[in-house]
Amino acid sequence: MSLINYSSREINCKIVYYGCGLCGKTTNLLYIHEKLPHDIKGKMVSLATDTDRTLFFDFLPLELGTVNGFKTRFHLYTVPGQVHYDASRKLILKGVDGIVFVVDSQRNRFDENIESFENMKKNLQLQGYNLDNIPYIIQYNKRDLPNCSPVEQLEAALNKDQVPCFESIATTGIGVFDSLRAISKLVIAHLSRQTAR
Amino acid sequence: MPGAELVLFEEDYTRINEILATLVRETNSKFALLVDRSGQLVSSQGDTENMDSLSFASLSAGNYAATSELSKILGQEEFSVLFHQGTTESIHLSIVAKRVILVVVFDNKTTLGLVRLRVKKAVEELSAIFNRIFQKVAERGAEAPSPLGDTFSSVAESEIDNLFKD
Repeated sequence: MSLINYSSREINCKIVYYGCGLCGKTTNLLYIHEKLPHDIKGKMVSLATDTDRTLFFDFLPLELGTVNGFKTRFHLYTVPGQVHYDASRKLILKGVDGIVFVVDSQRNRFDENIESFENMKKNLQLQGYNLDNIPYIIQYNKRDLPNCSPVEQLEAALNKDQVPCFESIATTGIGVFDSLRAISKLVIAHLSRQTAR
Repeated sequence: MPGAELVLFEEDYTRINEILATLVRETNSKFALLVDRSGQLVSSQGDTENMDSLSFASLSAGNYAATSELSKILGQEEFSVLFHQGTTESIHLSIVAKRVILVVVFDNKTTLGLVRLRVKKAVEELSAIFNRIFQKVAERGAEAPSPLGDTFSSVAESEIDNLFKD
């Protein structure tokens, strides 16, 4: 649910990184924050525990600049991945415009990814949304680890909607910006269609 | 309508800013923000120059959302007002038309009583405006033009390619 201000000519969109605990959501944002120049990024806010696990959310505002006279911003959020933070996770989805579903590719996390995907669908419904109407992509992360499930197997289990997907190693940045560009474009396309309704 | 976007036009936005400016002036507060429940900053008035308004907006929405869930767990209706008292500065949050959060930050140049009194009036005025905005968004049908312009999508995509890279 984007915010369009025709008076101050601003557009703000909200992108949420969702996925199971320790799949690399925060690492995605940290890499983006580290690599982008200061004039594009705002301050990154992390509400984390003492052991650096996300407690509530991470927040990173990005500014695309002026597009057709509109100052266009993307606000990136992560959810806390741990199962017991479900109540907090649900809240972050409020007003979401696009989702990057981050998958931990390791074999031993296979079921947790599926659980997290189902949890995302349920939480979207609780907020009155439907995944069919929200742009999303899938990022298969940690592809450098030796015990990864084949992408085909992950695709068969998670990507029934055949949405764009990317292989990534968020710690080194591989696939991070590919994912960000893809979801940003999908959100913009969706927004353009909505406003042209 | 939870999935609807929030669209602000000139007339409403000007009036919203006037209400916020009056609130800040009459209460002698430091600043006031209006934040969508999704965390987007709608408007701000007062001295926000040395303050990270975007982070403040995002955290205010998170704060309000968490407290709303607490009230649900208690079986209460949603709390309509939150107040955080600091040693010198305090934060007063209240909900407007169930969708927008009015945040007022003030120090010891004023009192909580005065802030509460003026916020109540501002919330009534803002609620009327936002209810009208939401109605307009809901009624906006096929006749609405695309004020973003036909080329918005392609220009934005090219900017995304230019800027979002290693």
